[in-house]
Amino acid sequence: MRSDVPAAVLAAPVRPIGPRLVLQYVAVVVAALLFVTPLVYAFFSALKPNDQIFAVPPTLIGSEVRWGNFVEVFRHGPFLTYISNSLVIAVAGTLVVLVVSTTAGYAFGRLRWSGRDLVFGLFLLTLMVPQEVLVVPMFQLMQWFGWVNTPQSLVLPFAFTAFGTFLMRQFFRGIPFELEEAARVDGAGPMRTFLQIILPLSRSAVAVLTVFTFIGFWNSYLWPLIVVNDYAYLGTLPIGLATFSGQFGTRWDLQMAASIIAMIPTALIVILLQKHLVKGIATAGIAGR
Amino acid sequence: MTSISVAEAAPRRRGRGELGKAESRQALGFITPALAGLTVFTVVPVVLSVAMSLFDWPAWGDREFIGFGNYVDLFTSHPDFWPALRNSAVFTLLFVPLNLVVSLGLALLLGPRIRGRAAFRVLFFIPVVTPMVANVLVWRMLLQPNGLFNGVTTAAFDLTLPSFLNHPQWAMVMVVIMSVWQGMGYNMLIFCAAIEQLPESVLEAARIDGARGAQMFFRVTLPLLSPAVFFTTVMTMISSMQVFAQPQLLTGGGPGNATLPMVMFIYEQAFTFQQMGLAAAAAWVLFAVIIGLTALQFRAQRRWVHYEV
Repeated sequence: MRSDVPAAVLAAPVRPIGPRLVLQYVAVVVAALLFVTPLVYAFFSALKPNDQIFAVPPTLIGSEVRWGNFVEVFRHGPFLTYISNSLVIAVAGTLVVLVVSTTAGYAFGRLRWSGRDLVFGLFLLTLMVPQEVLVVPMFQLMQWFGWVNTPQSLVLPFAFTAFGTFLMRQFFRGIPFELEEAARVDGAGPMRTFLQIILPLSRSAVAVLTVFTFIGFWNSYLWPLIVVNDYAYLGTLPIGLATFSGQFGTRWDLQMAASIIAMIPTALIVILLQKHLVKGIATAGIAGR
Repeated sequence: MTSISVAEAAPRRRGRGELGKAESRQALGFITPALAGLTVFTVVPVVLSVAMSLFDWPAWGDREFIGFGNYVDLFTSHPDFWPALRNSAVFTLLFVPLNLVVSLGLALLLGPRIRGRAAFRVLFFIPVVTPMVANVLVWRMLLQPNGLFNGVTTAAFDLTLPSFLNHPQWAMVMVVIMSVWQGMGYNMLIFCAAIEQLPESVLEAARIDGARGAQMFFRVTLPLLSPAVFFTTVMTMISSMQVFAQPQLLTGGGPGNATLPMVMFIYEQAFTFQQMGLAAAAAWVLFAVIIGLTALQFRAQRRWVHYEV
């Protein structure tokens, strides 16, 4: 329609580098430096001899660089157990969330049945119930089930939130209906259409849900604190870290090394999958419009 | 993304009653796991929680129905309840505005002309996803009497800072600052997305009309961003009323109970003092407060949120 207008006019004008842009850069860099200072300082503190961490004036590098602190952490607490527990629970929890959310999302987003919208409304209503209302009765429930201090008590109770179902349903609704119709005409049942058509088309949404769910389980703190009482057996990384800090409160070198180790997995996930995540959060935010 | 929604496609498939019934049965199959799970792990606990709040319900031992006794106890005689509610409120009042100003400011700074802004965004987002326990331990080290902050001011200006975590007001301020550092990256990403969606035509028209600087920001950009500001305000407020891990690990709720918020109160009543009924009642009070505040925000939004354009 406007093909006669040169592209350069439609695009934003190319502005020269002015003092404003320089100031903007300075502000960004200063903000970023202030922001990373705690993390960088924690990393270098993890490499110091313990008695130099609170030296005045503070230094970045102590009298020696002790990479061994990162190994010594594993000798002071069952950190390998914590890490493997966290990993197993996060993977199992994520699998449950994915199965439950995609199947329910499919029923709400693609199938037609009476009462669907009412049931969906009730589902969304459960999103309003905050965790702190649930944890007290949930612990009572775990006692009745005999599930206190069991792996399933860390996986199942918070794997059925309606959030994943909502996310999947929204995404599934956007997939053209004809694709499914064609498969149905060819005699494919809903299970086959779900597995072979809808799920493959929803890879990006499934990826976002996977990552957020995994991070949620990996970082979960309040519920494991309540339901686990044998940390050497079932302690997760956040719990282990908090216990470690209680037991070795004066060994700041080891606390920092352990903290850095705990941060690495999720930080890496975010750095590697940044595009997916940024898009997922942007979608969530814009849904607020 | 929305091409043909199910609702629009529906009429084509009417009049196939048999198939419709089959589809209902299939839907039931797909929804059963979620329905069963939500019933056992959300509906049952909610009902149970209401019941528990009406009982003297120790973790072990005899339970006794006491009607609204727990609620009366909380409001009239429990020494830690009002301070806990006050602490949650103070935290929210400090945290929400600071979080929004910092996250919106950063999102605006990271404009399209900044090279490597994607990397900066990820950087600011990292503490949102790293374990809270680890984040807090780092700050606990920094805030020790001889930690980095005090070390720098002592060495550079011969200035001794207060012992942050042992001072009632400073402890709260530090819990807030630590929480802003940790959590603002999330809102920043939402604002970045909202800024990218700003209608260029409106901005250009404002520029042609001579809007500049502060005027441009407060009269044009901010109103255009008001839906995102509203969304982040409500979500941030809800989560900050539920703050737990930061004060629990940074200050232990102290000194005294100066930084002990509601969720920590609930946790301690239930699992330290074994008063499960009282804790359940406190959780419902907190829930009511959150619902009330959210409803207020939704009423107020008519005055300042602009959905047109």
